[in-house]
Amino acid sequence: MTAFKDPFDARHRLTPGCSCGRHASQAEHAADPASADDRSKRVVESAVMRALFPQDATRRAFLAAVGAGTAIAAVNALFPLATATEVFAQGLPVEKKDLKVGFIPITCATPIIMAKPMGFYEKQGLNVEVVKTAGWAVIRDKAINKEYDAAHMLSPMPLAISMGVGSNPIPWTMPAVENINGQAITLAVKHKDKRDPKDWKGMKFAVPFDYSMHNYLLRYYLAEAGIDPDRDVQIRAVPPPEMVANLRADNIDGFLAPDPVNQRAVYDGVGFIHLLSKEIWDGHPCCAFSASKQFVTEMPGTYQALLKAIIEATAFAQKPENRKQIAEAIAPTNYLNQPQTVVEQVLTGTFADGLGKVMKDPNRIAFDPFPYESFAVWILTQMKRWGQIKGDVDYQKVAKDVFLATDATKLMAEAGLTAPTATTKTFSVMGKPFDPAKPAEYVESFAIKRT
Amino acid sequence: MRASLSLRAGLLSIAILAALIGIWHVATLPTAGAAGNVDPEYAALVSGAAAEGQKSAFPTPADVGATLWKHIKDPFYVRGANDQGVGIQLAYSLGRVLVGYGLAALVAIPLGFLIGMSPLTYRALDPFIQILKPISPLAWMPLALYTIKDSGISAIFVIFICSLWPMLINTAFGVASVRKEWLNVAATLEVGPLRKAFMVILPAAAPTIMTGMRISIGIAWLVIVAAEMLVGGTGIGYFVWNEWNNLSIGNILTAILLIGLVGMILDVALARAARLVAYRE
Repeated sequence: MTAFKDPFDARHRLTPGCSCGRHASQAEHAADPASADDRSKRVVESAVMRALFPQDATRRAFLAAVGAGTAIAAVNALFPLATATEVFAQGLPVEKKDLKVGFIPITCATPIIMAKPMGFYEKQGLNVEVVKTAGWAVIRDKAINKEYDAAHMLSPMPLAISMGVGSNPIPWTMPAVENINGQAITLAVKHKDKRDPKDWKGMKFAVPFDYSMHNYLLRYYLAEAGIDPDRDVQIRAVPPPEMVANLRADNIDGFLAPDPVNQRAVYDGVGFIHLLSKEIWDGHPCCAFSASKQFVTEMPGTYQALLKAIIEATAFAQKPENRKQIAEAIAPTNYLNQPQTVVEQVLTGTFADGLGKVMKDPNRIAFDPFPYESFAVWILTQMKRWGQIKGDVDYQKVAKDVFLATDATKLMAEAGLTAPTATTKTFSVMGKPFDPAKPAEYVESFAIKRT
Repeated sequence: MRASLSLRAGLLSIAILAALIGIWHVATLPTAGAAGNVDPEYAALVSGAAAEGQKSAFPTPADVGATLWKHIKDPFYVRGANDQGVGIQLAYSLGRVLVGYGLAALVAIPLGFLIGMSPLTYRALDPFIQILKPISPLAWMPLALYTIKDSGISAIFVIFICSLWPMLINTAFGVASVRKEWLNVAATLEVGPLRKAFMVILPAAAPTIMTGMRISIGIAWLVIVAAEMLVGGTGIGYFVWNEWNNLSIGNILTAILLIGLVGMILDVALARAARLVAYRE
């Protein structure tokens, strides 16, 4: 424990022990029944007591000597606890109310988009304009140029921007993941009998951007089947909205794309869903909510309010019973500009596969804001594997600097969510386990690579 | 009695239009459903054409007409930052074109004058103009975004750079080819250089300058659509991109029609202005 237990009780220690720093153990953290108000009250009281008694032993001795009641009265006389608690509950003051957040019209951006029509930004006292943007390079440039205060990006992009790959190095942060899973490999209907990737030599594929999970997952999938993604097939970057038009015109044979692009190809009878990305790596991150380091440090209050809105929206989107309502809110022209049924099929996971079957997979897309540092390490290994970054990489440091796991933990706790205990986790991609502690060995272990 | 030429031309235009729409209508007639044995649950999840194992079809003239009417009926609605009426979008595009074009005219006409009057500068600047002229204005876009750091100004810059060259070259050419006799007369009468520029050269070169301006406005209007498709946000180019995103051919055709109409109006306006400065020798 600490912050939520009575600091005027001599039996308690005030040293942090759990992921959010307010509980003695993770179990206690998860089971914390206190209401938000009580919690913030305790946090403030603990902070004051810690300040008054830097040595915990002194505090305990003091409490044991005078009793809790006298102690509260004494401390209250010195420090107006009630006022301090109130100030804390309201959070830092918001420096700038009118914000612009850029997004690409895909379902990955669901939390960023829905927070507008469903009032999550408003709840934090923000007036956010969500601006539809034409492509990843443009959203990157507009975010770097400060036309946007924060932006929807692909999760490898903040890493690439921070390291100056494909743009000038600018310290960039990624305080929250938007969605996990939710991508798919779609092939043109004429390839419906070529379901084995070994037969895909000579095909042309599209991915949304060079620095995207889509690119790395497609390359991984092809390489596992013995297809060299640089020599045996052609992979080109095509903005998501243009993918279906290109597939229809036979310019490409397939794509690994974000939704609703895949479902839209099915809706228009142009393609079929070959494989959901969750079958390559269940729980992979995809898109991210990102902001420049400058924004985070210069406007901490605005940043915190914005991130809180996003995390709450993400939590709302994660609940299956809310998905239909969200589809209705984000399908109109102002946001995704897609038929509502297409968005609904993506979010509910009951969808047409393009070959005459109705599939059911409630985990087709999921929403989890937590930016595990090991995700960043995996992305970096793939950047290294395909020659996007050269030389030595300090995997752990870059991951820590860009993926702000600690901030997410804190705000998730405030939003009443259970944040994970560790900021890294192990996972396996297509059955091959990944150990975030040994990234260099992981890169070496692949047969097809460009190092 | 024979009808006048313009009446007959008008009738022919209408006949061509009717024939085109007729061909379009016949080409987009729905084909009979191939398979009737589709799972109704599946059919509910996809478009009508996809349920029958086909790609979704091109819209019929009637569909496009209905879409067009919908947009013309309500051109100025605002439903959020990313969904505004087609009239507002056209106004954004026109605004950008006029600012970029106006700035280009302010630079190109004086500079063209200078180049046209001095054979030395003409020769010195010629290689630059020849290299810069054929560059597609959109190729400037990434550079503009990178250096100017503002997408709105970048779009205006692209318009500026594309409307600059025709005006510059035409002005220089017009000024350089003023008839020697007129200049000689001016010299005999001891006209000052400023007065010579405004009273002799400008009126003489005006028709050529106007031709350059007319070419430029056409190019600027062509380029703005592409530029807005690239940066997005607002404008008729963004509208086209947004509807491409939704694969909505009806809306795209509406936009194409309106773009053509506005382009024609701009061209006619400058042609009228050109007539004002024309003279007979």
